[in-house]
Amino acid sequence: MLLALHAPDGFLSAPVAFATAFISVVIVGAALRQSGRELKDKQVPLAGIAAAFIFAAQMFNFPVASGTTGHLLGGALAAILLGPATGALVVTIVVVVQALLFADGGLSALGYNVLNMAIVTSFGGYAVFLLARKLMPRNAGGIVGAAGLAAAASVVLSAMAFSVEWLFGATAPIDFDNVFTAMVGVHLLIGVGEGLISALAIGAVLASRPDLVYGVRDLKRSTFADRTPVPMRTFVAGGILAAVVMATVVSQFAVDSPDGLETVAEDTGFADQATDHALDSSIFADYATTGVANESVSLAIAGFSGGAISLAVGYGLFLTMGPRRRSESRETATV
Amino acid sequence: MAGAHRHLLLHTDSPLHRIAPEAKIVGTFLFAVGVALTPRRAVWAFAIDAVVVLSLLAIAGYRPRQALTRFAAVLPFVAFAVFIPFIAGGDKTDLFGLSLSTEGLWASWNVIAKSVLGTGASLILAGTTPISEVVRGLGRLRMPPIVVSIVAFMFRYLDLIVEEMGRMRVAMTARGHDPRWLWQAKPIASAAGAMFVRSYERGERVHSAMLARGFSGTMPQMEHEPASPTDWARSLTPPVVSISLALVALIIL
Repeated sequence: MLLALHAPDGFLSAPVAFATAFISVVIVGAALRQSGRELKDKQVPLAGIAAAFIFAAQMFNFPVASGTTGHLLGGALAAILLGPATGALVVTIVVVVQALLFADGGLSALGYNVLNMAIVTSFGGYAVFLLARKLMPRNAGGIVGAAGLAAAASVVLSAMAFSVEWLFGATAPIDFDNVFTAMVGVHLLIGVGEGLISALAIGAVLASRPDLVYGVRDLKRSTFADRTPVPMRTFVAGGILAAVVMATVVSQFAVDSPDGLETVAEDTGFADQATDHALDSSIFADYATTGVANESVSLAIAGFSGGAISLAVGYGLFLTMGPRRRSESRETATV
Repeated sequence: MAGAHRHLLLHTDSPLHRIAPEAKIVGTFLFAVGVALTPRRAVWAFAIDAVVVLSLLAIAGYRPRQALTRFAAVLPFVAFAVFIPFIAGGDKTDLFGLSLSTEGLWASWNVIAKSVLGTGASLILAGTTPISEVVRGLGRLRMPPIVVSIVAFMFRYLDLIVEEMGRMRVAMTARGHDPRWLWQAKPIASAAGAMFVRSYERGERVHSAMLARGFSGTMPQMEHEPASPTDWARSLTPPVVSISLALVALIIL
């Protein structure tokens, strides 16, 4: 948990810090405008208090095992409750303020901290939520389950994003494979807790004020009125099962058979691109190439992670920025 | 992590407390960037940066013990760095009877030095600048007014929400809630959900109250004295030091 979260100064190379800062500013700027369109003059009080809520929720310790505790990150939770644009905005503000005033995470690391902890978790998590909602039963249990999967996946996506950034901006000669395995492995465990707490929290909001949950705005109220109780142990078992399945899938990519993915990578030509990036080390840190031990495997995993992150975040961005803008122009046309 | 987010302001007065916030924010930020750009092998550059940070901590009025406890809050983030020499590849060096990766040791030093110096810079800013001043400074640095207003709102309601959360926790404990395992976390998660509903509803009430007072979507701008040239000169001295050290080190090494 301590690795991707609040990374300190000097964790990744300067070029990666600048590049991620640029990407973050562009996306957060877009999220700010989108959130303004959604909340209108309510944006200041609602986003402000939501930011305070996320800040406080990160102090909410929950039990993990035998008295040890963890705490929420809240990116996916914020995105499902408030919409990915407002969610990303709110978590960004929390991350920046923590770095500036509480010495949590480096100031020069803000670019990648915002990207990994606010943007990837909100937009990626929201995309996973909508996809999972389609696959789950259309009732309250299905929505809560989808929220849990999304929150868990958002943490794993965040870890993958860090690993990919490590490939370009490593500051230590540690192979990309090791970083990837360690980061994603640890975050799968964290994801179980994050998913469980987020799902239950969203279940609680659905029970009392379903109109406040952005992620179910498009559904009829009767859809989630059906609240079949799910026993807690089943719920936890489901979460752990999902984590094991995800771990197996990821480790398959990481260890056993890179060939399939590699073929796909070569066919689609992104292996070439990836190689160009990794070997074109002049603009990257001294260790860009040492990050790649077993070249083909590393690049395959990197390509897979990069693809997964871009797809999820891109889909999330499209979902929020694209269709809604159209509906808004229709609104203004009728006015 | 609970309690780690108590504001770090030192309730004393010092020359640093009196510098305009926007100048301090820019100075802190650039100092951290300068430190981050310094090549790892330039140990002397980090030593000079450390002297700068230590003297500013002293001027700010930190007592040594106080500063140390606040540095301790970042220890977990640095812990990872300690493992680098054991798992990194490359040439090996013998140290204390252990065979460690040379490059890994440098990498470890890199992360620890930079994060300690960066934390020191944040501590100086946080210790000498009240939150309201930081918000005002962000506004003067031309951050979008909406963002500044959101940050101001967040701080206005943060303590309220944290205290409400504390009361909920006391209520749960009074009813025998003492979870040890993850599957006992449901009451905490439900409390978080209830907390969200309460916060959101409070936001709506605050919004109505603001509308009743003529709110039109942006907060009114307050007039303040801009930072004086002296303030800028003082705040920009540390970053000038750290950035020139970084440049000199980049040229020499």
